[in-house]
Amino acid sequence: MKLRFEINGKGIEADVAPRTTLCDCLREHLNLTGTHAGCEHGVCGACTVIVDGRAVRSCLLLAVQAAGASIVTVEGLADGDELSPLQKAFRKHHALQCGFCTPGMLTTLHALLSDEPTADEERIRDVLSGNLCRCTGYIPIVKAALEAREHYAKKQGSKAG
Amino acid sequence: MKLPPFEYRAPATVGEAIEILSASDGAAKAIAGGQSLIPIMAFRLASPTVLVDLNGIAGLDGIAIGKTGVSIGAMVRWRELEEHNGLRAACPLIAAAVSHIAHYQIRNRGTIGGSLAHADPAAEMPGIAITCDAQIEVVGKQGMQRVAARDFFVGPLTTCLAHDELIKTVHFPLWPRDRRWAFEEFAQRRGDFAFAGIALYYDERPDGAIDNAHVGVIGVTPVPRRLDAVEEILNGKKLDDGVLALAAKAASAAVEPDDDIHASAAYRRALTGTLLERALIAAAKRECAQ
Amino acid sequence: MRPVNTYIGRPIERVEDFRFLRGRGQYIGDLKRDGQWHAAMVRSPVAFGRIVKVDAAPALKMPGVRAVITADDIARPLPTIPFRRKNPTIAPYAQPIIAADHVRYVGEPVAVVLAASAELAEDAAQEVALEIEAMTPCVDWQASMAGTPLLFAGTKTNIASTFTAQCGDAAAAFAAASYTRRERFSVQRHTALPMETRGLLAEWHASDNRLTVCGAAKLPFFNRRAMAGMMGLPETSVDYIELDVGGGFGARGEFYPEDFLVAFAARKFGHPVKWIEDRREHFTAIGHARQVDADIEIACERDGTVTAMRGTMYADIGAYVRPNGMTPVRNVVQFTTVPYRIPNLDFTGHGVLTNKTPAGTYRGPGRFEGCLFCERMFDIAARELGIDNLDMRRRNLLTAQDMPYTLVGIAPDDGFGEDECDSGDYRVTLERCLEEFGWDDKKVLAGTLRDGRYHGIGVGCFVEGGGSGPRESARMEVTPDGNVDVYVGSSAIGQGIETIMAQIAADALEIPMDQIRVLHGSTNYLKEGFGSYGSRATVMGGSAVVLAAENLLKALRETAARKFAVTPEDISVSGGVAHVRDGRSITLAQAGATDSLTSEGTYSSNKRTYTYGAAAAHVSVDPKTGSVEVVDYVVVDDVGRAINPLTLHGQVVGAAVQGFGSVFSENLVYDASGQLLVGSLADYQIPLATDYPHIRAVTLEQFPAPHNPLGAKGAGEGGIIPVGAAVTNAIASALSAFNVQPTDLPLTPPRLWALIEKARAAQAS
Repeated sequence: MKLRFEINGKGIEADVAPRTTLCDCLREHLNLTGTHAGCEHGVCGACTVIVDGRAVRSCLLLAVQAAGASIVTVEGLADGDELSPLQKAFRKHHALQCGFCTPGMLTTLHALLSDEPTADEERIRDVLSGNLCRCTGYIPIVKAALEAREHYAKKQGSKAG
Repeated sequence: MKLPPFEYRAPATVGEAIEILSASDGAAKAIAGGQSLIPIMAFRLASPTVLVDLNGIAGLDGIAIGKTGVSIGAMVRWRELEEHNGLRAACPLIAAAVSHIAHYQIRNRGTIGGSLAHADPAAEMPGIAITCDAQIEVVGKQGMQRVAARDFFVGPLTTCLAHDELIKTVHFPLWPRDRRWAFEEFAQRRGDFAFAGIALYYDERPDGAIDNAHVGVIGVTPVPRRLDAVEEILNGKKLDDGVLALAAKAASAAVEPDDDIHASAAYRRALTGTLLERALIAAAKRECAQ
Repeated sequence: MRPVNTYIGRPIERVEDFRFLRGRGQYIGDLKRDGQWHAAMVRSPVAFGRIVKVDAAPALKMPGVRAVITADDIARPLPTIPFRRKNPTIAPYAQPIIAADHVRYVGEPVAVVLAASAELAEDAAQEVALEIEAMTPCVDWQASMAGTPLLFAGTKTNIASTFTAQCGDAAAAFAAASYTRRERFSVQRHTALPMETRGLLAEWHASDNRLTVCGAAKLPFFNRRAMAGMMGLPETSVDYIELDVGGGFGARGEFYPEDFLVAFAARKFGHPVKWIEDRREHFTAIGHARQVDADIEIACERDGTVTAMRGTMYADIGAYVRPNGMTPVRNVVQFTTVPYRIPNLDFTGHGVLTNKTPAGTYRGPGRFEGCLFCERMFDIAARELGIDNLDMRRRNLLTAQDMPYTLVGIAPDDGFGEDECDSGDYRVTLERCLEEFGWDDKKVLAGTLRDGRYHGIGVGCFVEGGGSGPRESARMEVTPDGNVDVYVGSSAIGQGIETIMAQIAADALEIPMDQIRVLHGSTNYLKEGFGSYGSRATVMGGSAVVLAAENLLKALRETAARKFAVTPEDISVSGGVAHVRDGRSITLAQAGATDSLTSEGTYSSNKRTYTYGAAAAHVSVDPKTGSVEVVDYVVVDDVGRAINPLTLHGQVVGAAVQGFGSVFSENLVYDASGQLLVGSLADYQIPLATDYPHIRAVTLEQFPAPHNPLGAKGAGEGGIIPVGAAVTNAIASALSAFNVQPTDLPLTPPRLWALIEKARAAQAS
């Protein structure tokens, strides 16, 4: 099936079978391998991408179901070589080790903090409970998210203003 | 864990969807949020030849709060239920239960209709529908019919839906302002299917005694159901330690859990009583009409 | 170490993160080759049986299928999975790289389907018809000990190997002791569960008879040697290429059957072959770990001085002896009592075969288990003796005066050699831990009921072994642009070695870190390498980097001397610049631009390092649900030297959370027929972000390692080792009113609830 998406701000076409998940479409057909497949059954969260503003598990969404949607993947978070404030906070707090869960952590938090820049630690932990990390013990990830909040608050403030 | 092959159809209307389902003779399957169906297919426990995507169908969405209660379209996603301001007063049990469902990303996609049709006995929403005497509006070739939630669930992962029927709307009856309620479940981790869960509400007589008790259990029976024996104990009584103990004991006795890799039947049975006790205490303490 | 230290010891942000954070890491699943075929494994559905027929015909008819490989396609004798350590009795229990006559566990590879895509390969794998005559399996080790049935015809026992560790005269000490206590313990079968499943991409280059295997981890050089042997190729004709690796923790990177099968397919058909393990098969395919039962006995004086310990351990190692299947068995026998000075020891450990997935290592192999047994025993004894459980530890912990402290020897000799705890005072970390934890303030909470929850506190002392030999190498090369490439034999498994090695190299060369590029883990970089396991990468690889840097500076000095026509003694080197007394100078970059400036360094040592520490836990238990909240957890270790406190802290905290998973939830459950009942991440329950938010880690550097130039002792595993001990002791403390003494993991809410109910019933009767 020929599909068209907007991915990280660019229009992109793919030709995939109906059974191709969005995750596999990104990775295998569009060479966007930043999105990781950790379980392919909707538990680990590594494959999280943002579809029309909502964080979803791309292994549980058919590519065809995302046709026409605007999609943000981990590749779309940095401004060129300049890390986003969330990414910088991840680095500062050593919120990643092997890096495999990291794309899903970043996209999930990006979606959350864009909507809720004042999310407190409990909310952040609650949301991150859908993303498995085996290296960090989550503590530095939560710290990084808390620190990045102010940038999202500013962004929202400037948008509203 | 790639999905087995299938043909993909995206009808624009309910009628068209039913047409496709009907023609397939059971080999087609409707996909709503897909948050349970896709994993099942990834494990190749189901291999429908046709997937009928309900996401493009108009008229299956919307939360309507009216004089007779709350109507929720089958394709309403958990996130919408979580964020709906009016719902917290109009049927607080729904919002309380939704926050326990899976995880953030799943709640962005999963739907109420999908969950009811999937009928996992450990899932929250079937239990809430049963507890609240919800009516499920089903569409099929013969048109529309309303099915009481208690008649809808037939067994684990089994409902009365024919292969060519769809849920259109779920109706929850009107919720009086001063109704008391609580939702308690206990899972190993956040978002896991609970070992057991209790959803309950009751109204209070002028003298403070319990009236119209509705007590539903999740995860400890083949289909979620109300505990008549517990409701009988509660109705007409004021809550005290004696009633609590009696009700908890009756709840433990009324359920029929199995042993599985996560918990023994004895544990789930005892936990049901504990959760009932905690739910009753929480309900009695809570300010009404949250 | 030289006096100028700019980077070592500082919390440097990681070099690796730039690519990971932008989705530009390259993991094995990200790799594609033109014309690649995808492999899917056909695995045994039964635990034990005789293969009657493998019929590939239906699969071969499926769309996109290129070929199916079975044991019949591979020359006899079938290669077997290599062992990492020598052992006189394990040979008959090696795993053939594909099942030919018998299957011995659910998940054992029986055939390989090769197809145009992963989807088509998976479709077709379902169609390979297996006819297997099922046999009665040995699912638990008790049945297996009896020897009926035997898993391997022609052998006499299902015990693959038995280790003993003896010193002093335990029997006499027990006979003379004023107090003895015996208890049984067990740890459940679980697994490392890296977030990235395994995967390989093998390519055969027919023109020059070379094999390239991408997806290496942990032990690329060892695995290359094994692969070359199986393939009948010279070692130098096989390249193992390491990419980014999504977590190792001891399980990834060992030689598995798929390693051979994927490479074999690539060579046989001349196509690149890619295999990515899916999460469902991961549970039966990757090494399991930790399952051990122990029968432990302690003898002590009334004041808590331990005079002897003895016991028998039964490790369920699954159906075959995998490369390091014996490591946990020998470790639990040798290391159970190590933080303590106990003169008389007598331990026996059996590695028992069962019809389950073969076991191997998981972070802190044998040590997590042994620490639990020993520390629980201490608390049980202290309670019964009516003495303070901390005083009992203080009385027996190794002190600076005891160092070096010779470890109890082990038989049979598996090449580990004699070893000794290198330096330290094990009381220091305990005291510091208690202080950080606020033990004295929290003591009043122990055993009390507050808001429906019982509170308790517990400790565990531990030792972590690091820096195992024999050696590690590094090579440095000044590049034309004046930077320095550092090639190391250590592997990256997510622990940040690009940063750590760059810190060490930059300090040793006295140049900025951004002039250093670290390349690691691939066999084409160096002649040999010994990999990343057992907390060795920093100690061994880092020491090799120091030596290579010294040699590079020596080369610079010689080059400068030649250029300036002086003797090397006339040259001084600092800040990466060679100076002549008369003021002339040349930088590394300048010298490298005209001359080939390279160096090698090999650090050899058979002296291991021993990081040690203590952990304390405060828990609260809901007796009605059996749920435990970890209210506070503090771990203090002395690592000798911390190269990067940021990454070190990450190792310790992350490992602690893994340990909580081991204690509370992770469990690979089999049924009586040998079916693994856990096949999804919903059922295999690792810790979530909501579970354990309260962890504090403090690292000390009071006792540098005496035997390596960095003074580092390594720290990949210590975080996990004391978790079971400290937490279960805290639970026992919380439930002391019922005298609940947890001895078996995991303590899931239902299992802990059952313990409480049982204790209550016992009290009532």
